[in-house]
Amino acid sequence: MERSDTRHKIVFGILCLMPVSWLVVLAFTVGLGANPVEKIIHTTGDWALNLLLFTLAITPFCRLTGWSWPARLLKLSGLFSFFYAGLHFIAYVVLDQGLFWPAILDDIVRHKRIAVGLASLLLLVPPAVGSIGGVKRRLGDKRWRYLQSTVYAAAVGGVVHYLWLVKLDTRRPLAYAAVLFILLGYRALAYLLKQRKDHQG
Amino acid sequence: MIIKKETDIPPSEITDQELYLNRRQFIAATTAFVVTGAVPDVFAREGGGPKLPVAKRGAFAGGEKTTSISNATQYINFYEFSTSKDGIGKLSKNLRTRPWTVAVEGHINKPRVYDIDEIMKLFPLEERIYRFRCVEAWSMVLPWVGFPLGDFIKRCEPTSKAKFVEFVTLDDPKQMPGQNRGVLDWPYVEGLRLDEAVHPLALLSVGMYGEVLPNQNGAPLRLVVPWKYGFKSIKSIVRIRFVEKMPRSAWMKASPREYGFYANVNPEVNHPRWSQARERRIGEFGKRKTLMFNGYGKQVANLYAGMDLRKNF
Repeated sequence: MERSDTRHKIVFGILCLMPVSWLVVLAFTVGLGANPVEKIIHTTGDWALNLLLFTLAITPFCRLTGWSWPARLLKLSGLFSFFYAGLHFIAYVVLDQGLFWPAILDDIVRHKRIAVGLASLLLLVPPAVGSIGGVKRRLGDKRWRYLQSTVYAAAVGGVVHYLWLVKLDTRRPLAYAAVLFILLGYRALAYLLKQRKDHQG
Repeated sequence: MIIKKETDIPPSEITDQELYLNRRQFIAATTAFVVTGAVPDVFAREGGGPKLPVAKRGAFAGGEKTTSISNATQYINFYEFSTSKDGIGKLSKNLRTRPWTVAVEGHINKPRVYDIDEIMKLFPLEERIYRFRCVEAWSMVLPWVGFPLGDFIKRCEPTSKAKFVEFVTLDDPKQMPGQNRGVLDWPYVEGLRLDEAVHPLALLSVGMYGEVLPNQNGAPLRLVVPWKYGFKSIKSIVRIRFVEKMPRSAWMKASPREYGFYANVNPEVNHPRWSQARERRIGEFGKRKTLMFNGYGKQVANLYAGMDLRKNF
């Protein structure tokens, strides 16, 4: 690993820690506003999605620019997305619902946005496991790639979760949907073109 | 003289009440800005508005703690300004509340246009401490200042054709930038059945916390219907109409499956997308059980005797 790689990762890691640090600093200074639980849930959810989409944008970015160093950030970016998604879930279960399991189960079963959110979180677990050292070697390249591929479904689920929870103003979730559409569209296109090239050759 | 009289202190040394109340917030905000680049809304008028002469005081929130004026003036749904709850104070800072007229029309004997200053002198002002429950499942306890809507309606002399009262908010995208987007069908419209409107709990409010309503809380005149979800308590009223047919409110038009005409607080009838069984009281940590009719069942349940509240949500 080159020294510039380490530097990139350290800087990126610090940037990724800023949203949660911002929440902590606010909590001890001006406070988190009138509804702190809501602010924590919204901020962690936002950054789970932001980092998930950022992760999905890295490979297309590398292909378009010809640079290779951003790809070294894939693992860190994915893990931080999972980190924020986990915080988001914990904040919901502990801070919002107070570990009151009847209400939580009721929410999951009766409200599809919660079910989709939970499913998306669970779909981030395989890629998180896949990033543990040695797993890739043990599974082999092909099976490891299948493990990582659940991240696409997690991203779709995350955006749908956001869209279904907004009261009326769907501008922001639709903007996320548009970005995701472009990122997934690019991959679908690249995959189809590769298939065509393989069959022609 | 050692002991200084009030008059000994030059005016320049007297900290402006508003600035004093906001100073701690301002220092904290500056620190937060330096560290994180985030500037919370310190422009929302938190207090220090003109005081109102309150003739009577009544507490109708079961002794529950009144929400802080800071939270009450900074956590607000007012889509006319923004669909975000933050920054409504700043966005509504320049709302012109004078001159302000309220047109009262429809099936009444005395249709006319009132000036807001006239309205504020019609009846002795009361302070009423009410629970306030938003459909989003958060709530507050707020000390409103106003007079019974029923007294005002009596003055208008509704005819036998008047079955409902419709309220309309200001429609002015230049002052209310949120109205440039059709997120709701502007102007905001709300309505009550006549018997709901003349119920003693229904209040026309001109103030809160003993002072004139801050712009972000619906200045200069708003409705407060404490047993219904907060979106029924229409803000910045410019028109009151007495009509024969049930009005279609802004939220009914936006999402008829989710928001009904009656919108009575009811823990047994869930919103299609979230439960109404519990609520978060702003300023408290845990959630609390939502009360039927927001705790005003004893006073208002008779209005709905025999009605299926699940169908008439």
